[in-house]
Amino acid sequence: MLDFPRWKVLTISAFLAIMVLLAVPSFVPKTVRDTWPSWVPKPAINLGLDLAGGSYLLLEADTKDVAQSRLEQMREQVRSEMRRDPRVEVGDISIQGGKLSFMVRDPAKVDAAREKLLPLTTGVGTTGQRDWEIAVVDSTRFVLTPTGAGVNQAIETAMNDAREVVDRRINALGTLEPTVVREGSNRIVVQVPGLQDPTALKNLLGKTAKLAFHLVDTNANPADLARGIAPAGSIVLPYSETGSPIAVQRTAMITGDMLVNASQSYDPQSGAPGVTLQLDGAGSRRFAKVTQENSGKPFAIVVDNVVISAPRINEPILGGSAVINGGFTVESANQLAIALRSGKLPVALKVVQESTVSPELGADSIKAGITASVIAIVAVIAFMVLTYGRFGIYATFAVTLNVLVILAVMGMLTATLTLPGIAGFVLTIGTAVDANVLINERIREERRRGRSVTQSVELGYKEASRTIFEANVTHAIAGVIMLILGSGPVRGFAVVLLIGIASSVFTAVVFTRMLVSLWIRRNRPSEIHI
Amino acid sequence: MRLLKLIPDNTNIGFVRIRHIAFAVTLLLTIAAVAIVGIRGLNMGVDFVGGVSIEEKFATTPHLDEVRSTVNRLGLGEATLQQLGGKNTVTIRMPLPESNDPGAVDQMVERVKTELASKFPGATFSNYSTVSGKVSDELIRNGVLAVVLAIVGIAIFSWLRYEWQFGVSTAVAILHDVLMTLGFFALTWMVFDLNIVAAVLTIIGYSINDKMVIDDRIRENMRKYRKMGMAELIDLSVNETLPRTVMTSLTILLALGSLLLFGGHVLRSFTAAMMLGVIVGTYSSIYVSSSLLITLGLKPGPREEKSSVASNAERVGPREG
Repeated sequence: MLDFPRWKVLTISAFLAIMVLLAVPSFVPKTVRDTWPSWVPKPAINLGLDLAGGSYLLLEADTKDVAQSRLEQMREQVRSEMRRDPRVEVGDISIQGGKLSFMVRDPAKVDAAREKLLPLTTGVGTTGQRDWEIAVVDSTRFVLTPTGAGVNQAIETAMNDAREVVDRRINALGTLEPTVVREGSNRIVVQVPGLQDPTALKNLLGKTAKLAFHLVDTNANPADLARGIAPAGSIVLPYSETGSPIAVQRTAMITGDMLVNASQSYDPQSGAPGVTLQLDGAGSRRFAKVTQENSGKPFAIVVDNVVISAPRINEPILGGSAVINGGFTVESANQLAIALRSGKLPVALKVVQESTVSPELGADSIKAGITASVIAIVAVIAFMVLTYGRFGIYATFAVTLNVLVILAVMGMLTATLTLPGIAGFVLTIGTAVDANVLINERIREERRRGRSVTQSVELGYKEASRTIFEANVTHAIAGVIMLILGSGPVRGFAVVLLIGIASSVFTAVVFTRMLVSLWIRRNRPSEIHI
Repeated sequence: MRLLKLIPDNTNIGFVRIRHIAFAVTLLLTIAAVAIVGIRGLNMGVDFVGGVSIEEKFATTPHLDEVRSTVNRLGLGEATLQQLGGKNTVTIRMPLPESNDPGAVDQMVERVKTELASKFPGATFSNYSTVSGKVSDELIRNGVLAVVLAIVGIAIFSWLRYEWQFGVSTAVAILHDVLMTLGFFALTWMVFDLNIVAAVLTIIGYSINDKMVIDDRIRENMRKYRKMGMAELIDLSVNETLPRTVMTSLTILLALGSLLLFGGHVLRSFTAAMMLGVIVGTYSSIYVSSSLLITLGLKPGPREEKSSVASNAERVGPREG
């Protein structure tokens, strides 16, 4: 107990000093922090939206969509692969019950077809499993079944891409500091501090922004169109300008992949807002060719399966740029431009949870939280000093350092402080005392049993440490469960709780023990007031 | 300087003696709590039932009936109102619009905001949130799962570290704490939302902390006084740890009390739940988890000694020393 070697004292003091320094940035306003030289580490705690004000959106992807579009993609791949030399005649390609099936017309070519199919599938993970299962039934019918691992991987990729697209779109909105993170297998959490009206954001994120140019099928019979029936090779789509359906050719002449840029612009003649699209080299050549061949005919600009506008091709468009005018406002044109520019969402996202907190309420909450924390600390200090005298003062140091360590660790983890987090904080202050109370009560007990000062202190720490360990491990179990299962507020609370448990054990046991032993070594008291 | 001593030395309260009465009271209270939850249900927040929640701040304290009729006249569904904190803030909860159009919620919120602003000058909205039914189901499931897993995890830990009786008695005591808290929420009709689940988990954490300290002491004394009767041993252990129990509970209640008074309305129910939990948890440490050990037949010392007469002579008193 008394032999607290110098290196230990130095290590503990240095560690705590660093922690205190690391806690400082969290007390300094961001504007001041930004003026510090860049080599200074400035880990600071993020304020959650409930404290800073802003909008929170939980977006969910329909994973069935991913599976479906994967099947459709496979169908196209199979079609084009079988057409290549050596050609295999196939028919009756259909998607049913989550499976793709087709028939090989010449039974002798089943093996050739299989040869062609194999490269279309790839291995997934380390088990050697492939992303599609190929089976032949009735000797000529192929059935392609997507494997679970394959689907999961596709969803994973789609979600990662979606997260990036969402990130790009929000950043395009301007000076916001959003956080966009994936949650679980099919969700994305978007938090935008300071954003008061998330309507524009939601509109933007709700767009898949799948762009395609199709030729309009002018042969469609209006009566059939009204009933939703299109001529062969065409599909019926809603036309946003007139509100009535319009038929377009099934195969797109240009798709969004060929887009390099999109920007909001104005029509030179009417001054109406529109969106200017810029195509890449291949897209430009294709566009030039198609517009040359179809001069005088209308083509449809389709975004998310809605025809936005259907201008007539007056002359071949050679520069690779096209303008969409379709009854836009400046804002909606800008939104569409952002959506197109940031790329197509690989999967449609739906808002399943959202909340918006005004900055005033957030500021009120912070003020209340700080007041409560300060009062809690003062009350605890007074209580401890009155009860345990010198040992209470040591405990107070420990609790104060504990607070700073928690802030420092949270800053380093760039953890977010939320309102329940403040409550967790206040509770931590309360429970941090517990370890010291346990130790001090033990010392009291040992003294009453007539042990010497040194012995009492030593035994007090030893016996209490075991109890503190038991109690904190179980407390931590609850914390870990909260962290794993919780979402939003529960998580924020759990983070603070867990950091608090670890740091309170360190400050309450190790640090006060050092103070006590240094004091005893120097003064050799024959009696202690505790 | 004379130091403050909340619990005088040599305190020896016979806690265990009245355990049968305490059991009966505890059982009745717990049944009552469950019954209230069963009959009245909980005032679930939008986190759990799905829906839209708008918080509106008025210039003066509004008549709830007026606000209600104003909102209900919009024909957007039945609104549930609740006054908060300074009474000027009202939470309006409404069902999600039936339409699948993603803009429908925005329109609905917009209509409520405009209508209230025109009817009550100076009214401003301070926050709003929407939760879809699917997410809320998941939140309930995870919340319940978290509570159950926490209880099971802690019971297993307790069982592995000590005898099985400790695991069982701890789990029962924690279940009691949780049920009492739920009963409290059903009784006071405070909004039960995701924050409260965090509070309940904290109560579990705190309560277990408390029980571990006492259990640890019981265990220690069981090794020390092999022939002491269980009831007496528990009394001794509880009394020995009593100063600590009182000190810690008081400091935590002080901290929580300041949060309750100055922490703003957003955290009020959260803090209230935790304060209640501290009190209930402390009570259950003595009258549920510790006393239950006797009922479960825990005996000090090795098994063959179970019939030996516990004699006071064995008690080399820490108190007398």
